[in-house]
Amino acid sequence: MKFGIVVFPGSNCDEDCHHVATDLLGCEADYIWHHERDLKGADAVILPGGFAYGDYLRAGALARFSPVMETVAAFAKEGGPVLGICNGFQVLLEAGLLPGAMQINRGLRYVCRDVWMRAENTDTPFTSLYERGEIVKMPVGHMEGNYTASPETLAELERGNRVVFRYCDPQGRVTDEANPNGAVANIAGIRNAEGNVVGLMPHPDRCAEKLLGNDMGLRMFQSVVSALAAK
Amino acid sequence: MKVEVRVYPKEGVLDPQGKAIAAALGRLGHRAVQDVRAGKVFFIDVAGADAKAAEADAKRMAEELLANTVIEGYDVRVVS
Repeated sequence: MKFGIVVFPGSNCDEDCHHVATDLLGCEADYIWHHERDLKGADAVILPGGFAYGDYLRAGALARFSPVMETVAAFAKEGGPVLGICNGFQVLLEAGLLPGAMQINRGLRYVCRDVWMRAENTDTPFTSLYERGEIVKMPVGHMEGNYTASPETLAELERGNRVVFRYCDPQGRVTDEANPNGAVANIAGIRNAEGNVVGLMPHPDRCAEKLLGNDMGLRMFQSVVSALAAK
Repeated sequence: MKVEVRVYPKEGVLDPQGKAIAAALGRLGHRAVQDVRAGKVFFIDVAGADAKAAEADAKRMAEELLANTVIEGYDVRVVS
């Protein structure tokens, strides 16, 4: 099992993801520079957090034109598992691999803290090891995490059970106070219709081992390892 | 030719920047301010002398990159 970790100029969580994949899970992993078109035999692709292209114009807007994104789009179309974390999620939205868009946080500030989320959809290669309705804690760090979409798209997401994680309080109640950025319907992460492309704002890569005080994120990576092993 | 593309949040889309600016203007004593929406302007130089072609070009630029049409509207003006 091999992870491909895409590196844009300005990515800064690529090494965190590499560490989780190799040191914690014993998998292979390769960095894929944004100019490359070859995924080097990766079985799963991660778009890591950071500030690709300095977030110029809009977060993720320029990264989507990288040569590597054509290959990632083709890989996703064939059912390959793709995970976008934070800035990676923003890139997936701008690239049209997931629907909707990000706005600046409603508080107009960068938010950097732990959040609680309810696992709403465990039928993806990245969430299969969570229990449906499970409450998980992960850190966020972003300025543009205020997810929005047209009413039609939102209805489609809800109807298709495509909201993967929703911000909640530690008791699992989906409240406005528990929403760190103003995202519509407390949406923290979504999947595509097929389920193989997942994006979320919180950082599973920053909470994947006990040493960091929280290992609730590790199962996102373990999920895809077991999903691919089962194939 | 010089072309201007204005990109702004669509009507009805929450604009936290505009809201914050409106509040700040109110605090500065501009009490008549009812609402502000904040956008961007792109000043683009394009080669050629065909205004219609330049305008069509700029529209494509807006659709492909300058605006995220999920949340933003745009308009295009050939300046000279």
